[in-house]
Formats: sequence, structure tokens, C-alpha cells
Amino acid sequence: MSARIEPVTGRYAHLELGGKPHRIYFEEAGQGIPLVCLHTAGSDGRQYRAVLNDAAIARSYRVIVFDMPWHGKSSPPAGWEKDDYRLTSASYTDLIMTFARELGLVRPVVMGCSIGGRIVLHLALEHARSLRALIGLQSAAYVERYYDAAWLNHAEVHGGQACGAIAYGLMSPVSPEASRWETVWHYMQGGPGVFTGDLFFYQGVGEVRDRIGAIDTSLCPLYMLTGEYDYSASPQDTEMAAARIRGAKVTIMKGLGHFPMSEDPDAFLGYLRPVLDEIRATTK
Amino acid sequence: MLIERIPELVNNDPAIMRWGRGMNESFMVEVGDRQYVLTVREGRVESVAKGPFVMRPWRFAIRAERASWEKFWEKVPAPGWHDLFALLRRGDVAFEGDQRVLMSYLMYLKLVLAAPRRLAR
Repeated sequence: MSARIEPVTGRYAHLELGGKPHRIYFEEAGQGIPLVCLHTAGSDGRQYRAVLNDAAIARSYRVIVFDMPWHGKSSPPAGWEKDDYRLTSASYTDLIMTFARELGLVRPVVMGCSIGGRIVLHLALEHARSLRALIGLQSAAYVERYYDAAWLNHAEVHGGQACGAIAYGLMSPVSPEASRWETVWHYMQGGPGVFTGDLFFYQGVGEVRDRIGAIDTSLCPLYMLTGEYDYSASPQDTEMAAARIRGAKVTIMKGLGHFPMSEDPDAFLGYLRPVLDEIRATTK
Repeated sequence: MLIERIPELVNNDPAIMRWGRGMNESFMVEVGDRQYVLTVREGRVESVAKGPFVMRPWRFAIRAERASWEKFWEKVPAPGWHDLFALLRRGDVAFEGDQRVLMSYLMYLKLVLAAPRRLAR
């Protein structure tokens, strides 16, 4: 055998979410502290392949990446055709906590990007005692709605191309071309209305501005890493949120945009590894 | 003016033109008080007409100040100036007219309008 095989395995977990059975795809690699990674709106777990493949991280962490229902290889539940997909703070939180519980993950670290960076703030408020640490990538408590996401799910607009074009702009012009276009491809493969359904949470009901002052980072440390080229969750948005959370640790990542883990994996790993080392050394 | 160089930049680049396949439209781009109408045929930029215009029709318009375009067209634009939607987020660009067509060809339009960066030093 001469093919290079990655040390990443993919399997399916059967979970009940919102009273319905779901078949959830997840990948994992490494051994040690469970690290659950949350992909962005309208994309899937492939975004984290560099983290899954990082030998240094795999020595101390069991990296686990699931595809949200409707995304990647996790199909929507039976009956999906009768209703619009809409992510809410409650359904997203339930998904993460159910996944962690049903897989037997004890006090995992949770790292999420964009919508994942937002839900991390909700988790910090509601589940701090069950989690070892939280890492928000492109994390903001609120985003200004500057375009109408309804165009991304419109019969006369190619959803794949439009979603891809939205994702394209959010990346850094100095991130490697091939990685940027792979990130775009993931967006182009999203199902109709899925990105829009995630943005229902991100641009609307998931707002958490008024509550984040209550986050207690002594119960669960919170790291916030934001790429400077992101205009959706910009460095200023992250800093604005962090200013109201005592103990939140902010890093602005030079030359990165809204998808640090997939648009420039090497540069991102340079920022992530020290954070994971610190979590390992300072938390239990 | 950089915008007038768009046809030679785009029409020699199949990697941009492919995103405009099927597009047959004229659209307005305003650079400050200067008006330009770009006409696209199947992804080729056929012409960049320079205003002022009298009763010139267009399908949609993209308007921004000259200073914003200059920052957008830098070789490596600064954060916040690097994409059409980055300008939109900061309120530096306005879209008017038929947004459906604009959204249908958004990838193409982003690549076309960013093409002058290649001429920057």
C-alpha cells in the first residue's frame, strides 16, 4: 500500500435531537483531553482537517469534529422537506451537549468558529461547570446585519455560488489560494437554505450582547482568537465582547480571516497550539 | 483610470470569465462622481463606457467613493477594504437596482472588480 492515509477516522453516532432521531457524522484523531470542534454556518467538519491531522495536538488531545444536522454527511431528520431549517440558541446548545454526553466526553474543551464562536459564549453562560475550557474563533456577541441572507436561498439565485461568494470575501487576501478555494467549495456544497438557516441564529436570535457580562471565566477559561481580515465578526467585535467578560483572553490573528482553521491552517495552528498547551497546563 | 483596464484584465483570464458564463447585462460602477457602465457578454467585459450618461439604462449599480476604490485596489488591501462586502459592511459601497442579478453573479463581480489589483505596485 503506497497511499498516504491520514490518522483521522470517521464514524456515525445515532442521537435524539429535538425529539427526532438523527445520524450524526463525526471524525476524530488523537488521544487525551477531548476537544470538540464546531464548524461555521453553512459548512461542515472538513474545515478542521488540519487540526485533526496535527501530530503535536494529537499527542495530548482527542480532537472530535462533528457535522451539524443538515451539514456535510449528517443528513437532516426525516420530514425535513416540510419545514424551513432554522438554528436557534437552544437547538445548537442541545446538539453540542447531547453529542458530548452521548459520546461519554468528560469535561471537553469546545472550540467553535463564527456561529461556533457565538455558541461558545452561550456555553460559557450555561454550561461552564461541564466544560474544561472554551475557545471562540471569530467570536462576537452580536453581528450587524449588513446583507440579506434571504438571497442565499432564492430559486432564481444559484445558492452554491452565492454562498461561496459570501465566504470568499470573508477570508484574508494573503491566505494561500488553494486553501481559500477549498473553503469556498465547502460553502458551495451546502444544502439549500442551510446557510440561511444558520444565519437565523447568527444574525438574529443567537445574539447574546446583554448577557455576556455574567460569564465566569474562573469556572471555565475563555479564549477568543480572531483573524484581522474578518468583517463579519471583526477584531473590534471580539474586543467589544471581551471587554465585558472578565478574564477572557483575546488574540488577534495577523493575516487571517473568518475561517482561520481552513483558509490558512499552518498560520492558525501557530496560534492554536500555545492555547491548547496553556489549557492542558492550567486546567483540570 | 484603473477601472477602464478591466476588459484586458478579465478577458485574458478564463478563471474569472467562467464565473460570468450566462451573464449578459450592463451595470453601473461609480467611482466618486465618475460614472462607468460595464457591459458583459457571457463573462467577457465587452466595454467600459465612461459617463456622464443621459438616460443610460443599467441592471444594477455599485457606488463608492474614489478613496474607497483606491484602498480596495491596493495590491494587498488592508482589512476592511479587501472585498466588495467588506466595503458594504463598513457602509462604503451602495448597491442599487436589481439585486437578484448582482447576487446571481456575485463571485464573478467580486473577481472582476478586484482585477485592477494586479496592476498595483
